[in-house]
Amino acid sequence: MLSMLRRREVQLGLIVVALACAVGFRAPVFLSARGLDSLFTDTAILVMMVLAQMLVILTRGVDLSVAANLALCGMLVARIGQFHPGVPLALLVPCAMFFGLVLGSINGLLIGFLRLPPIVVTLGAMSVFRGSIFVMSGGAWVSSHQMSPAFIDFPLQRLLGLPHLVWLAVGATLLAAYLTVYTRFGRELYAIGNHPVSARYVGIPIARRLFAVYAISGLVAGLCGYLWVARYAVAFTEIANGFELSVIAACVIGGVSIAGGVGTVAGAVLGALFLGVINNALPLLQISPFWESAITGAIILVAVVLNAREGPQPGRRILDAHAASESRAAAAGAEATVEP
Amino acid sequence: MAPILTAQGVSKRFGGVRALHEMHLTAHAGEVLALIGENGAGKSTMVKILTGIFAPDAGEIAIDGRPLRFDTPLAAARAGITAVHQETVMFDQLSVAENIFMGHHPMARGWPRIDWPGMENRAAALFEQLEIDLSPAARVKDLSIAQRHFVEIARALSQQSKVVIMDEPSAALSRREIDELYRIVGRLKARGTAVIFISHKFDEIFAIADRYTVMRDGNFVGEGRVEDTTPQALISMMVGREVDQIYPKRAAAIGQAVLEVRDLSHPTEFDGISFQVRRGEILGFYGLIGAGRSEVMQALFGLSAVSRGEIRIDGSALTIRSPQDAIRSGIAYVPEDRQHEGAHLGMTIRENVTLPQLRRFGLFLLGKRRRELQIARSYCERLRLKAADFDQAVEELSGGNQQKVVLAKWLATKPKVIIVDEPTKGIDVGSKAAVHEFLGELVAQGLAVIMVSSELPEVLGLADRIVVMHRGRIRREFAAAEASSESVAAAAMGAAAC
Repeated sequence: MLSMLRRREVQLGLIVVALACAVGFRAPVFLSARGLDSLFTDTAILVMMVLAQMLVILTRGVDLSVAANLALCGMLVARIGQFHPGVPLALLVPCAMFFGLVLGSINGLLIGFLRLPPIVVTLGAMSVFRGSIFVMSGGAWVSSHQMSPAFIDFPLQRLLGLPHLVWLAVGATLLAAYLTVYTRFGRELYAIGNHPVSARYVGIPIARRLFAVYAISGLVAGLCGYLWVARYAVAFTEIANGFELSVIAACVIGGVSIAGGVGTVAGAVLGALFLGVINNALPLLQISPFWESAITGAIILVAVVLNAREGPQPGRRILDAHAASESRAAAAGAEATVEP
Repeated sequence: MAPILTAQGVSKRFGGVRALHEMHLTAHAGEVLALIGENGAGKSTMVKILTGIFAPDAGEIAIDGRPLRFDTPLAAARAGITAVHQETVMFDQLSVAENIFMGHHPMARGWPRIDWPGMENRAAALFEQLEIDLSPAARVKDLSIAQRHFVEIARALSQQSKVVIMDEPSAALSRREIDELYRIVGRLKARGTAVIFISHKFDEIFAIADRYTVMRDGNFVGEGRVEDTTPQALISMMVGREVDQIYPKRAAAIGQAVLEVRDLSHPTEFDGISFQVRRGEILGFYGLIGAGRSEVMQALFGLSAVSRGEIRIDGSALTIRSPQDAIRSGIAYVPEDRQHEGAHLGMTIRENVTLPQLRRFGLFLLGKRRRELQIARSYCERLRLKAADFDQAVEELSGGNQQKVVLAKWLATKPKVIIVDEPTKGIDVGSKAAVHEFLGELVAQGLAVIMVSSELPEVLGLADRIVVMHRGRIRREFAAAEASSESVAAAAMGAAAC
């Protein structure tokens, strides 16, 4: 029981619950069925994005282009829907995913096969994607009356009492848990992040694995692009601006180490829920939304400090390693005297 | 009996450096082969070729008489060769069982998934077979170095290895752990595995090895049965060499002590280090890799904190808390790892040389390029560094010339004591001679030089006195006249009787 409490995911889960209860104490509507429903609905996209980002961060990488990818794919399907109203949703959603996959694959090629640093590649990609939205749309918005009702309704339509958005997030969570716990592919991502050289020595095809994680990250961003645009019933150049930072922040809060090789699906999801609770609580508590980024930032710093405390000690520990043999040999009188 | 593994005519070059030349060795089932040689003799290169990490330039490797060519570590593992590396490289945050099975996780029946319980059971079975007490669920970051070795050995067994190579596995183990390691080696032999054991310790070689192969300077020197030889015979095979380098003798008057160190100790790396170095003297620091020499030098330079001890320069005691303190008191440190610690590769020669003394130029560097160039040129010319352009990036230079830039940089701070850590590691023979000659010039000008080196001939040829470290302590100090290859090597290996 005590060892359970020492697990990061359990601690974080308790903190999230405590936080939610504290908010509920001040604003009871937060804990009502409707309040919780909107909490999960609002956090669903973040959860999916965080899970994909976690796979990237496990390999010591980072994908800064996810929010721009999301926005670009969202704009693309919104415009297809606008100008070709006959295209069914069943084709538009795979189209968004495929387009996201292609964009992510470009990152994957550059990072996996050309071995370029992820932060530079995805930062560049971020600007290119954002710029492309403007080029494609000419700065014009696609607003709700230009979208078909089916297009807009899908994310919030309910299945067994829960919106599609929430079901998608649940599905993504299960899939990510399966990948990271039960497949060689997932375990090899941990190996790459833990020790890239050792990973090569045990025969893991690092370039292909890196390619795959950035491609997956792009695919999820593409799907979320459609969901975002449909959910808020508007597409414009600036949607999800800065959202990549919330995604990375949720990973860090959830205990996914930026140094690679450490992180769990449970932690990542809780990290996303934590941010979700804060985002949804601030308006209820009548705290200015301007506080939001300051609070989020402070939490990230605390999380990083907590993570850093677990790091290894430097040095070879030459004396320690030999202490037992030295003292025993000395006791036996077998050591030659050290000459000055 | 036919050998399991034969390697013949294996050669490997790295740039201008010949790491292996026509090397050969054979390993038999159920036998322990000791691979012996000095630091830099090419043992680790040989291991890396056998395990598919490097591709040899020439030569043939055969398992059970079938010639193989592996280009990846995975191919070597599939062929049945695995290595337990000197610096255990593992996945710290993952479990013991997963470290054993990474890359070949057992899969469960039914829906496709990793068979976690099965994996832990198989790991437990391997430990049982080796009689090791270790939990498969433990995380590797919590294990001792010895336990990590055991995990790697279990990993080798999980892949049905026919040949297990152990690169100095006992180097960082306690006596009790070493006994356990020997027992496990015995069990590997009993299973019919061929073990290649790299070691510097003669008591160990004579305790567990059946046969030996000696290497020197990347060449095969000799082989035989361990029972037919003696430690003295092995040492002379290891160090005996034709004189292929002449070390410049120079007339430097040895003066007063410049740097005195008394009882310098570090909580975890070294203990009770006392020595002094005098004006006009080269003090050689010799020892095996991991003996703690670089750690002492880094502490002297303020890179790590000591727990006790005294450092005096020109008789006055000082506290060195940071490299700035050290530079100010006249200590310069040329680190071993040129690429990462020594030179700023992307910057120009001029910028590198003037970097530690930029504050002398005042707040603004504007318009001082000419003075910077002057300094860079004067020090580089003394080192015979030929550069077309001093505004050339250091990364475009050869390894030897990069080293000269690093030396020039530190000389330009006008130090009293200059510490050079492995000054000629990985550079070609011509540049080596230039560096040697230059060290000679330094002492002739009244500097004191501390040279950390793992190359025995270099230490013997250049140093006026030699301090030998072993496991974080000073083992012996020799005057140049009384030092021989055999006695210095024996002290470094901790042999009691030589």
